[in-house]
Amino acid sequence: MSGTLATQPPAVPEERGDERVLVVDDLVVEFPAKGGGTVHAVSGISFELRDGETLGILGESGCGKSSAGRALMQLPPPTSGSVLLNDVELVGHTGRTLRRKRAKMQMIFQDPVSSLNPRRKVKDLVAEGPRIWGRKVTEDQIRELLLAVGLDPESVWDRRPHELSGGQCQRLCIARALMLDPQVLICDEPVSSLDVSVQAQILNLLEDTKQRYRLSMIFIAHDLAVVKNISDRIMVMYLGRICEVIPADRLAEHALHPYTKLLLESVPEAQLPDAELEVEEVGVTNAELPSPLDPPSGCRFRTRCPLATEICATEAPPLRESVSGHLVACHHAEV
Amino acid sequence: MTSNATRESTRPAERPRSGTLLAVEDLRTVIHTARGDLKAVDGVSFTLDRGETIGIVGESGSGKSVLGRTIMGLHTTGPTTTISGRVMFDGRDVQSLGPKDLRSLWGSQIGMVFQDPMTALNPVKKIGVHLTETLRKHQGLGRTPARERAVELLDLVGIPDPRRRIDQFPHEMSGGMRQRVVIAMALANEPALLIADEPTTALDVTVQRQILDLLGNLQAEMGMAIILISHNLGVVAGRADRVAVMYAGRVAETADAKTLFADPRHPYSEALLRAIPRLHEPPHVRLAAIDGAPPNMVQPPVGCRFAPRCAYAQEDCRTVLPELEPAATGHLFACHHPVNRGEN
Ligand SMILES: Nc1ncnc2c1ncn2[C@@H]1O[C@H](COP(=O)(O)OP(=O)(O)OP(=O)(O)O)[C@@H](O)[C@H]1O
Ligand SMILES: Nc1ncnc2c1ncn2[C@@H]1O[C@H](COP(=O)(O)OP(=O)(O)OP(=O)(O)O)[C@@H](O)[C@H]1O
Ligand code: SF4
Ligand SMILES: [Mg+2]
Ligand SMILES: [Mg+2]
Repeated sequence: MSGTLATQPPAVPEERGDERVLVVDDLVVEFPAKGGGTVHAVSGISFELRDGETLGILGESGCGKSSAGRALMQLPPPTSGSVLLNDVELVGHTGRTLRRKRAKMQMIFQDPVSSLNPRRKVKDLVAEGPRIWGRKVTEDQIRELLLAVGLDPESVWDRRPHELSGGQCQRLCIARALMLDPQVLICDEPVSSLDVSVQAQILNLLEDTKQRYRLSMIFIAHDLAVVKNISDRIMVMYLGRICEVIPADRLAEHALHPYTKLLLESVPEAQLPDAELEVEEVGVTNAELPSPLDPPSGCRFRTRCPLATEICATEAPPLRESVSGHLVACHHAEV
Repeated sequence: MTSNATRESTRPAERPRSGTLLAVEDLRTVIHTARGDLKAVDGVSFTLDRGETIGIVGESGSGKSVLGRTIMGLHTTGPTTTISGRVMFDGRDVQSLGPKDLRSLWGSQIGMVFQDPMTALNPVKKIGVHLTETLRKHQGLGRTPARERAVELLDLVGIPDPRRRIDQFPHEMSGGMRQRVVIAMALANEPALLIADEPTTALDVTVQRQILDLLGNLQAEMGMAIILISHNLGVVAGRADRVAVMYAGRVAETADAKTLFADPRHPYSEALLRAIPRLHEPPHVRLAAIDGAPPNMVQPPVGCRFAPRCAYAQEDCRTVLPELEPAATGHLFACHHPVNRGEN
């Protein structure tokens, strides 16, 4: 961590990697649906984030990635479940207490432009967070963070969000989050609206930032190669549940869940002439997405799964461990 | 798709299936801004046959969307914009059409999927209204048939529970859902040309594949031509017959999709290909970002627009603007010092 940032440096244990900074247990997020019924956005997911780790969250549009990310932040709080940040429970707290307990976790929301006050200037947007806490922020601190995320302070200082490009906006959001000196950073689709050259810059920036500020990160995205590039482990979600947790270096060749295989088979990258992807065809018969208003019984993927049998309709498959750190929730996957 | 095949009433069945549909000739779109004249599209030419797909790739701000909108006639010469060159759509000069003809063109001949689905959706109107309005106006459907057709269209683009979703407002849907609604709207009147501006950016890969397959099927069935604008090179590689790489309002390189991705000659195309993370590479490899900032489009660099960021640039690149020149049949690039020289 660079010494000039006035907020105190994060307490980083010497031994990294085993310490669990975030422990999520049986997280459930439900919304009331128009016309009655319930949207089952997240249906009981448990995972942990280790110190210094990047956990990728990958999955279908509407599968509950953002809802899960926001529920970690208690924005809004989950319907049920537990979120421990450094062993401190966040669920059940509100207002100032929540803000204090959650201080070490920050989130960059999907669609960053709409989360920025359009009337404020860059210099004020960067300092907004600490000022809410009543902390003073010096111009030097703002300059330093803008530089750290690759923005030229002089040229963006007085600009407003709409005067920034998508990539610049994303950099600004990273700077805003860093200003609060987080230990855990949740990034919701931070590069999906950017073109590939800017995407590469932002991914490199996040990687550097993570090292420099010793962050643990949750990275939500739907692009497999992007998630693989930034993550240590990847959690694959389908319709509110976890189907597989896979070490990133195993993703391309050792995926076990039929849904993960379907994702791999569908990547457009496979169309590039030099793609070295050998994906077995899963042969999905049904491309229809079930509704989160009425998710299938048992395994939620069963309506699209070529391996499905009777048990899949009656029993939700538990997460089973294959090799160390590789978990899969499928009755028929060979672990 | 089956629902389409069985509907005869309003189909433009007698449409020709081959021949040139669109000819863009030295098109320039200059936007007059407070900071000066912005050359968003700066001399683009190409033709598109019926049933053909051209992919347009290039970095943010390179003019892809403005090009799409100018082709549609959404930009016209006026106080804020100056257009030169020509867009010939099905034998008609789009720039010469009045507002009434343009609206009927958009309703029935050209469909556009706009980049930001929220701007295309009115937040206070239910999803169903968005679809039925255009169906009733351009196909003359009554209230009930229009609603039935709207449900069909939502089903067609893979929206679960269409009968329930049709009465929802845009903000009640996830980003991916909204994108599919916008695609359904663009397809509602089975246009001859679909301009799809980042149509699958917000979608995960299985839905992306489903939507692109859907577009491909509709294309085969009705001979629809597609301009596919995407920053995802993989999407374009798999779906387009031809690809144009844009940089700073100009076409840097164009070729059939296979050639362009296997044998890029323009340094910008090469850099773009290198910047994508690849599934066969290990986690945490450093990506090859393109150094430098995007060009100023008010005062673009003299000479080659890419020269300030180009690893191969030499003196002539900074003074002489390279024109598109043929490498092989149908493969054109605008570069003084192309890459892969001799491998061809
Ligand atoms: N405030 C809300 N009210 C009602 N339903 C909601 C709300 N927010 C999300 N949902 C629903 O919850 C489900 C999960 O949504 P979520 O935004 O978490 O998905 P996601 O995985 O982030 O999708 P995307 O990739 O499209 O961003 C969806 O069915 C969505 O429509
Ligand atoms: N209405 C407008 N007024 C002023 N400038 C504009 C307007 N629309 C576009 N521009 C500018 O024209 C240039 C080309 O923009 P365009 O939207 O076509 O880029 P693009 O290639 O579609 O980028 P992206 O990949 O980000 O969608 C940019 O510099 C943009 O800022
Ligand atoms: S549990 Fe059954 S339905 Fe689910 S993925 Fe495995 S085989 Fe398919
Ligand atoms: Mg989301
Ligand atoms: Mg655009």
